Amino acid sequence: MSGGAFSQSEMMIVAAARELAGQRVCFVGVGLPNIAVNLAQRTVAPEIELVYESGVFGARPARLPLSIGDPTIVSGATAVTSMYELFSFYLQGGLIDVGFLGAAQIDRFGNLNSTVIGDYDAPATRLPGSGGACEIAINARQVFVIMRQSKRSFVEKIDFRTSPGNLGGAEQSERIRREQGWLGRGPSLVVTDLGVWHFGEDGEMQVDSLHPGVTLDQLRDTVGWEPKVAPSLATTPAATAEELRLIREELDPGGAYTR
Amino acid sequence: MSTSKVATMHDAIAEVVRDGDTVAIEGFTHLISFAAGHEIIRQRKRDLTLARLTPDLIYDQMIAAGVARKLIFSWLGNPGVGGLGAIRRRIEPATSGGAGQPSRLEIEEYSHFGMVGRYTAGAANLPFYPIRSYFETDMPAANPLIREIESPYGDGKVYAVPPLKPDVTIVHAQRADASGNTQIWGLLGCQKEAAFAAERVIVVVEELVDEAVIRADPNRTILPGLIVDAVVVEPFGAHPSYVQGAYDRDNRFYMDWDAITKDEDTLQAWLGEWVYGLADRAAYAEKLGAERIERLRPGPAPSGSVDYGSYR
Repeated sequence: MSGGAFSQSEMMIVAAARELAGQRVCFVGVGLPNIAVNLAQRTVAPEIELVYESGVFGARPARLPLSIGDPTIVSGATAVTSMYELFSFYLQGGLIDVGFLGAAQIDRFGNLNSTVIGDYDAPATRLPGSGGACEIAINARQVFVIMRQSKRSFVEKIDFRTSPGNLGGAEQSERIRREQGWLGRGPSLVVTDLGVWHFGEDGEMQVDSLHPGVTLDQLRDTVGWEPKVAPSLATTPAATAEELRLIREELDPGGAYTR
Repeated sequence: MSTSKVATMHDAIAEVVRDGDTVAIEGFTHLISFAAGHEIIRQRKRDLTLARLTPDLIYDQMIAAGVARKLIFSWLGNPGVGGLGAIRRRIEPATSGGAGQPSRLEIEEYSHFGMVGRYTAGAANLPFYPIRSYFETDMPAANPLIREIESPYGDGKVYAVPPLKPDVTIVHAQRADASGNTQIWGLLGCQKEAAFAAERVIVVVEELVDEAVIRADPNRTILPGLIVDAVVVEPFGAHPSYVQGAYDRDNRFYMDWDAITKDEDTLQAWLGEWVYGLADRAAYAEKLGAERIERLRPGPAPSGSVDYGSYR
């Protein structure tokens, strides 16, 4: 049952949360991923463990964390670790099922840029850089990408590869990941303000559902290549009243990330 | 009975930090020593190489003040809010290096794990630290110090990062004793690795405690006084970042910074009012006001205590 009107951000959060059904250990980023994982914990994935790169396993935040290192993720957590332990034992050691990433640019194979627009040495726009993104992309068992789509962000060629996705396609990606012993299988999902994408057998992203009210032409206008469309293109089930209640009353009552 | 290392912030910075040093003020979101950064600005230190995973507002302020020639980092932003304007303006060619513009800032860039590995190698006296990051990315091309190596056991490639041994590491902590034995709780970041890697260490604390307090709970000690050169007692010295159990992050400050950092003149005026114009952290806290500080105090959530046992 639909819960009435909702924003594009709310639909992104709901769509990402539903995909976490069955997942056990999730590496959380601040902002939309954080709300999505907390929503999943209250709906489809009650057993999910929240891991923050600042060094927390099993967080139970009592308020929406304002940053990735908010004190609310410490109080009541299962464990606080040094960042060395977090990155070495939890992430590189292979304990993370899903890592969330965002980026300024993505290509059709899910390779991500969060470093620069333009030339590295003389950038038009300097972005934040990797942080933990490059190691999450390599070591998390799978990667969920959450970002808005536009002709500037969904591009034929990214300006800088910060985080590897399916490289030049599935065949190359699977071979390199196997030969080099990466634990990560790569990106499996891209949730945007317009729809939900998964990756086909060739490693290219394919839109599987459009959010309610979004047309295929509208989606095509925001992609810098001719996007692949699932033969059984669906409409993402609308956010339910309960999902919206949880977001609006419990997870982001101030509307910091959802309006 | 060991000698007291307690010093004022002025004296600690004057004696321990020298022009041209590599300085790491560590603390991941938690326990960032803004007080030490401001004193470095006031003493007009120059040509520093600043190292930190997340430069945060403090390096934006220090770089705007002209103390640094180079930045070593892994994530450049105002966490949860936006960008760091002063640093960006000194990296992007449109706004730096020209007539009337600030000079270009040299950068050396890693990922978080790369930076943590660098401090770990520095602390453990290793020639490099191996990690499974950087495969199939443009990061090694952007920073040639990130190098691919073969496992000596014939089971594939990893990437090496070089040791980082700061001349000075500065950490903020809940408490220490006079000889520098230091205890932290809450997020631990990589302060331990960064301090052990450093030639000299300054610890800034909310509270100076008796040695007996430290010895009653040795599992909580992250730095022994052995590696600490100065202990500065500076309550509220981490504002606008936070200290677990003592005060919350002042998110309003982080939001306000977004507007200040976008304009160089506004930022310089802010430095005049809040750094150069104040003698020390006590004056800063007084200017901020008791009411604002009080609003940042958390409610209580004490840990259960453990029994270490007495073995005679």
